[in-house]
Amino acid sequence: MNVIETTNLTKRFGSFTAVDHISFSVAQGEIFGFLGANGAGKTTAMRMLCGLLHPTSGEGKVAGFDIFRQTEQIKKNIGYMSQKFSLYDDLKVWENIRLFGGIYGLTTKQIASKTDELLHVLGLQSERDTMVKSLPLGWKQKLAFSVAVLHDPKLVFLDEPTGGVDPITRRQFWELIYQAAERGITVFATTHYMDEAEYCNRVSIMVDGKIEALDAPSVLKASFGADTMNEVFHSLARQAKRKAD
Amino acid sequence: MKQFLSFVRKEFFHIFRDTRTMLILLGMPIALIILFGFAITTEVKEVPIAVLDYSKDEATQKITDQLIASEYFKYHSSVNTYEEAQTLFKRNKVRMVVVFPPQFAGDLLKGSNPQIQLLADATDPNEATSLVNYANIIIRTYQQELMPAQNQTQPGQVQADVKLLYNPQMKGSYNFVPGVMGLILILICAMMTSVGIVKEKEMGTMEVLLVSPLKPIYIILAKAVPYLLLSMANVVSILLLSYFLLDVPINGSIILLLSISVIYALLSLSLGLLISTITETQQAAMLVSGVALMLPVMLLSGMIFPIENMPLILQGIANIVPAKWYILAIRDVMIKGLGWIDVWQEVSVLLLMIVVLVGLSVKRFKIRLE
Repeated sequence: MNVIETTNLTKRFGSFTAVDHISFSVAQGEIFGFLGANGAGKTTAMRMLCGLLHPTSGEGKVAGFDIFRQTEQIKKNIGYMSQKFSLYDDLKVWENIRLFGGIYGLTTKQIASKTDELLHVLGLQSERDTMVKSLPLGWKQKLAFSVAVLHDPKLVFLDEPTGGVDPITRRQFWELIYQAAERGITVFATTHYMDEAEYCNRVSIMVDGKIEALDAPSVLKASFGADTMNEVFHSLARQAKRKAD
Repeated sequence: MKQFLSFVRKEFFHIFRDTRTMLILLGMPIALIILFGFAITTEVKEVPIAVLDYSKDEATQKITDQLIASEYFKYHSSVNTYEEAQTLFKRNKVRMVVVFPPQFAGDLLKGSNPQIQLLADATDPNEATSLVNYANIIIRTYQQELMPAQNQTQPGQVQADVKLLYNPQMKGSYNFVPGVMGLILILICAMMTSVGIVKEKEMGTMEVLLVSPLKPIYIILAKAVPYLLLSMANVVSILLLSYFLLDVPINGSIILLLSISVIYALLSLSLGLLISTITETQQAAMLVSGVALMLPVMLLSGMIFPIENMPLILQGIANIVPAKWYILAIRDVMIKGLGWIDVWQEVSVLLLMIVVLVGLSVKRFKIRLE
């Protein structure tokens, strides 16, 4: 079953076509890397899939719901973690968990058991009453991810989740992502780090609003005759005419 | 509903955990009331005066005594020449000098209308006007006391019997307490809400909220609720302070007073919402609220300067300053003790402004999302 399906999805701002007829699908439990240079249209595409932006034309379904008419349903079934840190610094760890549990409509009982489980998995039991602002960045991001999948969404969107984190913490972060995927949560992630692209089941590379390549990293490397995803990315990104904003 | 409540709870945490915000929220009303109540006063009190008396008789002595006995004036010294008076003015020792001509009492008894000269330091024109007015009143009172002793059947005397309504002691606090309420409410509601919303944008948490099933309208309402409650707490504390500390009466209905304040607070909240849609950073939001809200409220609402004395164009601009209408309504209810029927005009202007502001910000909010 496909969790994301788009056909010719397009978004125009005036005469500027930010996203130009993209068609792709993402299967349930898949880890999908959504790559592209700055200004290539990644964020716009992602915002349309999240139900934040209305597409100009084309079709799309996320978690089985139409992205034109059923955005409310979509929002209930997805999780989201943005490139900026997305928890509240001046709330305690458990208060953040309770807040987002509450926003996603979990019952008090569910929130309590989820909080224990989550803190146990992250090894953060002793930090339950710590203000989030005094946690190290790596912990914060792991916590933010766990909060984003607290309500067991069908799909979680990660917008450059590991910005500014060291490689070891990034590796640990990806372990969390794999665990989520094993539980059947589909992961849709944008990233700047090409080593992270290697961790994905499949990746797409956007150039000037179009998807120029889409396949498993090993297949892409083979077809471009490249050793790393970095080379694949650069040989595609070089064709870009649009300037990064 | 549960979603909404967990969000409101979060907003209270934000406020209570930020000492700086808390200090502004709770300290500002008290500071302003004390500042306006005791420090910034336009009333005249115990102003030092000197007397230049060429006559030195019973009448001049009596007038001088009565001037000094009033709470407005304080005796500084007696001078013998105009030059000495000038020196005192230059050294800022006195702000008014009373000059009696020679043979004052004699002329007075003869009925030949002797003249008293009042020299006032008009570098502060408002104060000078008040000084001269007060001195005139005292001198006239003396004259009236003198009348029965004199020729009773003097024809053609027109007497104005002045009675000051609502504020017989002409206390400045009657005027500025409504003003301070107008200022505090708009600052707390508009500035804090706009900064609160913009902060979410800046931190990136707004995106997360918009992607969540929480409806945008609930996000905004949840931001507004704590500030609405806090500003009502402030209104109550201002009223208590002014009633017990500054002796300002509350003549009208308290329920009406609070209802008008709620309407005005809602208006300020929608202003804050509008500001949050046009600014991107917390500093910008703070600056816009500070300059665009505080200055007009201070200068154009009638809080400090009477609107009637302004040039027509400023009077026109004052009409779109919400605080003007709020302060008018609050004065009517609080000081004059009027009811609903008498303030409907001000209240409807405020309500109309809310409709316009909410409409504008909803429109802006949608544009931003697109």
